[in-house]
Amino acid sequence: MSESWPIVHFTVNGKNCEVQAPPLKRLLDVLRGDLHLTGTKEGCGEGECGSCSVRMNGELVNSCLVPLLQAEGADVQTVEGLALNGKLHPLQQAFLDCGGAQCGICTPGMLMAAAQLIERNPHPSMAQIREGLAGNLCRCTGFMRIFESVLAAATEAAEPAPKQARDAR
Amino acid sequence: MSTSAKTRIVGAPVPRKEGADKLLGRARYVDDIEREGMWYGATVRSTIPRGLIRSIGFDRRIDWSEFAVVTAADVPGENYIQLIVADQPCLADGQVNHCDEAILLLAHPDKHKLREAVDAVRVEYDPLPPIFTIEESERQDRIVWGTDNLLKSFLLEKGDVDSVWRSAAHIVEGEYRTGAQEHLYIENNGIIAEWSAETGVTVWGSLQCPYYVHKTLIKIFDLPDEKVRVVQTETGGAFGGKEDYPSTLASHAALLAMKSNHPVKMVYDRMEDLAATTKRHPSRTRHRTALDKDGKLLAMDIDLATDGGAYATLSSTVLSRATLHAPGPYSCPNVRIHAKSWATNTVPYGAFRGFGAPQAVFALERHMDEIAAALGIDPVALRLRNFLHEGDTTATEQVMREPVIMDKLLDRALRESDYHARRARFARDNPTSAVKRGIGIAAFYHGSGFTGSGERILNSLAGVDVAPGGKVRVLVSNTEFGQGTNTVLTQVAAEAIGIDYDDIAMAAADTGLVPNSGPTVASRTVMVVGRLIERAGLQLITMLREDAGLGAPYTREEFFAACERLRAAKGEVVSLVRYEAPPGIFWDDQKYRGEAYPSYAWSIHLAQVAVDTVTFSAEVEEFWAVQEVGRVLNPVLATGQIEGGIAQGIGYALYEKVLLQNGHMANNQMTNYIIPTAEDVPPIHVFFEEIPFRYGGYGAKGIGELPHDGPAPAIVNAIKDATGISFHSIPLLPEDLFAVLAAHRNVEEPAAL
Repeated sequence: MSESWPIVHFTVNGKNCEVQAPPLKRLLDVLRGDLHLTGTKEGCGEGECGSCSVRMNGELVNSCLVPLLQAEGADVQTVEGLALNGKLHPLQQAFLDCGGAQCGICTPGMLMAAAQLIERNPHPSMAQIREGLAGNLCRCTGFMRIFESVLAAATEAAEPAPKQARDAR
Repeated sequence: MSTSAKTRIVGAPVPRKEGADKLLGRARYVDDIEREGMWYGATVRSTIPRGLIRSIGFDRRIDWSEFAVVTAADVPGENYIQLIVADQPCLADGQVNHCDEAILLLAHPDKHKLREAVDAVRVEYDPLPPIFTIEESERQDRIVWGTDNLLKSFLLEKGDVDSVWRSAAHIVEGEYRTGAQEHLYIENNGIIAEWSAETGVTVWGSLQCPYYVHKTLIKIFDLPDEKVRVVQTETGGAFGGKEDYPSTLASHAALLAMKSNHPVKMVYDRMEDLAATTKRHPSRTRHRTALDKDGKLLAMDIDLATDGGAYATLSSTVLSRATLHAPGPYSCPNVRIHAKSWATNTVPYGAFRGFGAPQAVFALERHMDEIAAALGIDPVALRLRNFLHEGDTTATEQVMREPVIMDKLLDRALRESDYHARRARFARDNPTSAVKRGIGIAAFYHGSGFTGSGERILNSLAGVDVAPGGKVRVLVSNTEFGQGTNTVLTQVAAEAIGIDYDDIAMAAADTGLVPNSGPTVASRTVMVVGRLIERAGLQLITMLREDAGLGAPYTREEFFAACERLRAAKGEVVSLVRYEAPPGIFWDDQKYRGEAYPSYAWSIHLAQVAVDTVTFSAEVEEFWAVQEVGRVLNPVLATGQIEGGIAQGIGYALYEKVLLQNGHMANNQMTNYIIPTAEDVPPIHVFFEEIPFRYGGYGAKGIGELPHDGPAPAIVNAIKDATGISFHSIPLLPEDLFAVLAAHRNVEEPAAL
């Protein structure tokens, strides 16, 4: 039966993928099951918690609400695609330094939301950070460490200070 | 001896041990794990709150030969979950006592076939009349548990309360209620189980207490200890919600694994997790308080009741902690507390951060503001007049032998928040504004570790070992679920042994590998287990000095070389230590008298709240938390614990309402069970005063639960400060505020309608 499903072509973290599966299969299940990218998490399955957030064609989406068919030709980025050459993305480094991750289950989605925010707005205000992360629920941190992480990463990106200057801050 | 002596790693904001794995998406949670030939499990649940099971039928449209089917009859051992009292069946056997109680289990290789199959199992019932409230239960005209519906009761008495009423200058009474609260860990409950006749049962899952699950599984399967292995996987939040429930889910998955002869994964979706798993106990607390003319406490008579749900589970220990936190951080010569936990036909309530204390502290700290209003005293002054100090005795007649600095904490909170100036500003602005602002206080403690004799009964064993040519491993059954166990215990081991943070690894929380260092609950990990790891590390150094020629001082290389010499001589390098109670501890479980806790963490919360009298919403605008938690071992993690607890406490007060319909949670979705988002949580200012506790790991006391105790009363006191109106229950959603505020407005301004 599976041979009768359409083949959907898209890229994930820059790699070409072909998936033959029911067209209404959730992108979340395709990423986690077919492509073994289990970094993206399911929290609620109804688009409320944001744990399954990925970027698709430059937009932040809840992958539990995206049917596979909609990903045809799309460029998808997941948490696995943030780090470059084994080096933590500045957001990942900031989350590590500032305590932005506790249990870690909301973290992949939170990082994608934060990456989307900073790309759109490299100098977000606190109000803009709050708004940008409002679709991603965290039950551990109370968000303060996450806000601090995003601010730190944004500052880092805005003014790539020499190492000594960073240490002095 | 743990003191404030200079340390290299303890006290430093080292990064989270497993942080990079979590940030890279590499950390393996239970739903990220697959086993060869794995099937999936699902649960058929009761649709009624109470009744006899007349029959179970299977719709013929399903080919049942493809499924593994498990009922109570398939349980090889005892069909009970092993907690304090073994009264809760693993699978209902002939009778159900709450909605969503598990009756039958199904497994199939294709998880998409399970939903239809669950719907195709027809359970017929002879309904019995249910009860849903504390009041219905205490009337005892329908008995739904034991002989009297009473899951547990305590009576605590100090002095003679009844001798005081006649002569007291003031008597103030009040009744306060708190609702259920859902943990809402973002990762739902999940387990993978395997079974074989040769090796027994192995489970992997999202859980807090591997040895609790082990204790149940050996009884369910009637197996010896070594034939059951429980392994914690990366756990996406718990907050107490994965203290007892995983014992049930692990039993279910393992029974299906035995029946199907395949590994079985059971991961709940959000609706099932919300409907079927534990929540915080609802409560009703009545205070009657006598004071002298200056506002000094003379007597506190407290009647505390909790709704325990359908089975005893942890209700007795939750009630115990509620009892011991009910009198608060105040000195009072006469105290009487009657505490009772009542059975109802709802999902059993269970452990949740604070464990009875948030309920008790809400009642008391709201009541303190009611007393202040009744006596015309400032809420700050009333508290300052009555705080406990070093040398005072608590309600259990425990002498405070360590410093108690509530005055200092309150003073700091007032300064940091500019409390008096803010209140003056609100008093000036509120009369002409539709948005009324106020600021409220809560003062409280949280006892660290197990209550009374609990730690001595646990008798925890923990330690460190050194693998050949490898790292030092910390051997504990205590688990990481976001709070920082891995990081802080690694810091403690590195400090004690005198090597680097990166030279230490945490052994997997696997009952086949690590000793039982007790459950990861009760804010005990850093204080109690941290102390064990500190001692084990120091003991290892002593062994290496005495038996392997380690010099002093030593380098990292000399340390590892000495370990290899010790291994050559003794065959292994391992240092285990057992719990030792601090000296002079006495506890009488019958009279509830003595050292209730080895130490207490102390805190002041201040909340600034804006109440919109047009939309009837209340918003926390800013929050200050000042606490003394002993030595802070990792300031970033500790601050994160405080902030996260406060956010949950804000949810408890203003957002989170569990709606039951005929005993079933009606709003079992994230769409309509609302928790605070990034836009709802205010700026939170966190301050620590550090007084090292000499019997805690490097001076630490408990920290994890403390911050959940204070927000609700601080917020509701702020609402009173803002509006002049007293609210006696939580949660306060806009509709709840509307009901009371609109009624007051109608009384005050009848012409307006």
